[in-house]
Amino acid sequence: MAQHTLDATGLNCPMPILKAKQALAKMNAKEILEVTCTDKGSTKDFIAFCHQTGNTLLSHEENDNQFIFNIEKIA
Amino acid sequence: MTVEAPNKNGMTIIASKGTLDWAFPPFIVGSTAAAMGKEVTIFFTFYGLGLLLKDLSGLRVSPQGNPAMPMKMPFGPQWLQKIDFAPKIPNIMWNVPGMELFATNMMKKTMKKNNIATIEELRDVCLEMGVKLIACEMTIGMFGYTREDFIDGIEYAGAATYLGIAQDSNHDLFI
Repeated sequence: MAQHTLDATGLNCPMPILKAKQALAKMNAKEILEVTCTDKGSTKDFIAFCHQTGNTLLSHEENDNQFIFNIEKIA
Repeated sequence: MTVEAPNKNGMTIIASKGTLDWAFPPFIVGSTAAAMGKEVTIFFTFYGLGLLLKDLSGLRVSPQGNPAMPMKMPFGPQWLQKIDFAPKIPNIMWNVPGMELFATNMMKKTMKKNNIATIEELRDVCLEMGVKLIACEMTIGMFGYTREDFIDGIEYAGAATYLGIAQDSNHDLFI
């Protein structure tokens, strides 16, 4: 289960990524952040972000135009 | 003898344009790259220098000479908002006094409606994320600015500084 949540709904590129980065910076390693957003490009962006930063994208799903990501902070 | 490859994790950007539309790419790409772990430096020169001013109320956009800019109503009924007026208005119309301000206000309304971050917000995030913002010293003199005109947290330097940093970068953009 995610220990941290981030509501980035309504925000547009690049704000969800930037807010996620700021949230991750305040977390401990191995903790999980759940990000919810409505930015349509966010799925590809979060995959690229996690690939580049080494954080693990545990899951991503789309529900009713909402995109939900679970990110485990890199050890 | 082996030569070790330098660890090039930097990104350098030259921001040379100072209109409202062109203000976005350097701050968006710069802040996102910083979030993704790159060491980002943006060098603001010529008209780009204005993006570091405390007062950004002078940022404008003009359809003058830019036929690609869509002109859509940011409010009103849906059918009206869909119409692109740009091809219907002769470009010479944008010479009429006040039209540039009109277009700028329309653009700002459109951005606000679509929840696009403002330049001030993006610039603040850049500083929070450790993006190095460098004001071109030569341009400051040329345009008659003083350091009091600019926001805190930036650096002042010239082309050689930029090139020195670009040497350690594997990603270099001219905007």
